[in-house]
Amino acid sequence: MYKLLFQALLEGTAVTDPPADSPDMLAEAARALAERARRRLGRSLAIREVDAGSCNGCELEIHALNNPVYDVERFGLKFVASPRHADVLLVTGPVTWNMKEALERTYAATSEPKWVAAAGDCAMNCGVFAGSPACVGPVSAVIPVDVHIPGCPPPPLELLRGLLTLVDGTTGEPIRKTSR
Amino acid sequence: MSASAMREPSEIASNGAPDRDGFVRTEVTAEEWNGLAYACAEGQYDLTALWIDGDRARMALLSRNHGRAIASLRCDGGHYPSVGRIHPPAIRLERAMRDLYGTIPIGLPDERPWLDHGVWPARRGLEPTAAMEDKQKYRFLPVEGEGLHQIPVGPVHAGIIEPGHFRFTANGETVVRLEERLGYAHKGIEALCAGRSVEEAARIVGRISGDSTIAYAFAFARAVEAACGIEVPARAQILRGILAELERISHHINDFGAICNDVSAAAIHASCTLLRERLLQAAERCFGHRMMMDRILPGGVAADLGEDGIGRLRQVLSDCERSFEMVVRIYDESPSIQDRTVTTGILRAELARQFAAGGHVGRASGRDFDSRRDTPYSPYDALEFEVPVRPQGDVDARARIRVEEVRQSMAIIRQLLGRLEPGPVRATSSTPAAGEGAALAEAFRGDVFITVRLDEAGRVAHCHARDASWFQWPLLEVAIEGNIVADFPLCNKSFNCSYSGHDI
Repeated sequence: MYKLLFQALLEGTAVTDPPADSPDMLAEAARALAERARRRLGRSLAIREVDAGSCNGCELEIHALNNPVYDVERFGLKFVASPRHADVLLVTGPVTWNMKEALERTYAATSEPKWVAAAGDCAMNCGVFAGSPACVGPVSAVIPVDVHIPGCPPPPLELLRGLLTLVDGTTGEPIRKTSR
Repeated sequence: MSASAMREPSEIASNGAPDRDGFVRTEVTAEEWNGLAYACAEGQYDLTALWIDGDRARMALLSRNHGRAIASLRCDGGHYPSVGRIHPPAIRLERAMRDLYGTIPIGLPDERPWLDHGVWPARRGLEPTAAMEDKQKYRFLPVEGEGLHQIPVGPVHAGIIEPGHFRFTANGETVVRLEERLGYAHKGIEALCAGRSVEEAARIVGRISGDSTIAYAFAFARAVEAACGIEVPARAQILRGILAELERISHHINDFGAICNDVSAAAIHASCTLLRERLLQAAERCFGHRMMMDRILPGGVAADLGEDGIGRLRQVLSDCERSFEMVVRIYDESPSIQDRTVTTGILRAELARQFAAGGHVGRASGRDFDSRRDTPYSPYDALEFEVPVRPQGDVDARARIRVEEVRQSMAIIRQLLGRLEPGPVRATSSTPAAGEGAALAEAFRGDVFITVRLDEAGRVAHCHARDASWFQWPLLEVAIEGNIVADFPLCNKSFNCSYSGHDI
């Protein structure tokens, strides 16, 4: 164990090759997000993830946000265990009928002010599951959504960018306080 | 079949030539159906799947010498003799099929609904069920005794996990009983696939359980190819193997890290998530998608690998191998980690056999089965690899099986990379036609079974997928018994069953 920790110290920060198309995008997105999150929410943004019926592909990429390459917690973005502690619900999946009530109750249990980010194509428009008799519809059919993050699944950088949009407000106006 | 004397179970699966997909298909009488259920209970067969297709109840079976059969029974009057009353692993399968199609398994010992939570607006012409009338009153199994308390968990969990409900009954710290309630992620896969083109269905099937997207796409493609007799080019078969093993390595490393995280070895977890990220980035560069979704299609693959891609894969594999071996050494040298994993969550070998548990769950409890070796399919039929098996059945054994499989998969990819010859990666004429095909493919968590029936237009008439989790979830309930509540996340992670794959 000491060897691993020692090596980590020697190696310095875990970095990755930047995405091919835009070299500094990750660092830029991360910095921008940190700044805006601080301005709006003080020092952190607490995120509660809710799987409302996804195939678990989105969950894997959301997990990746916490790996040493993206490590979003360093910017004050923290995944929390309870909706009571959350500013943001990050919802995935087409909402299944069997998860509808749980999603509504999780939303109701989240304290104001609160925002909802719908992550993945399924959360946006049901994706390949559109038309299923077992699905209610996209997340917006059940609770109000502030930002959609497309992708199947959205890669970590897109998730980060989506959260950035959320903190920024989709219209440039101060972000609305959802009431319902 | 003739109305002659009833056949012995062993005759049913061995009589007649297998179809292109290696399965012997046969119509059976109700007596023969029961005989097969008893043969499963006695260990003569593994029950691989049970599903309803039109007016038939069907069972896929695997004999001890890995012969494959699909038995069909006509359900006169919308019912058939329950297999679950004789062979318990079938109980949840039968509950699920009854919820979806209304076909009644006579004598089913557990009559509670399973996928139907009583909230579906349209049950596709079926009579309202008990679940609908009684939606708030799902009866959990009674637990009686002094000093017991219940802990309900889910469907929304504390971590970034899929939805499912766990009802713990505990005495102090000790779990007396765990009962699962699943079905929250039910997305109506079978109804969605019906009437679709093969390509559309492939996209849906590839998202039954996102973490096993390659394995599902692989099994579906092979089932369709068997149904319409499509020959897949050699290069595509090798690329499929590379994709499947990359998926396996990335998840096994991730799971190993997550198990360590649950015993507070956060540094190992961080290292493993970093390794996974490297693999996903390599996958994106080589195949154009981090999780390689939609890269296997009926008839071949949708991505080719250039010379630079081959070099990149070799590089990332050797980097990962070095780092992973170092992490594994730390696991080996840390008594504080093994104190938590050794003897925790033991699954008895007898149960793993009875439920035909696949993947690391079965292999860590002595069940020596791997569909890549035992129901051989390309490209594995021409490869050399070992299937690790351990007898202990604890969290430690499940973690170590993963480690050994990572090593095997790395060697497999190297073998495959050396065999890539130039050539097409998609069959030229892949016009679907009427037919039926089934396939098993080894996902990282165990064998996935897919059966598909195509109509005259080559569209999907029926498709059924059985995730490895169906035969692992029930065993988790047993493995946790007598352990402390605080060790549940650890046991659960060591199984890592799919919710979405199970909930179809």
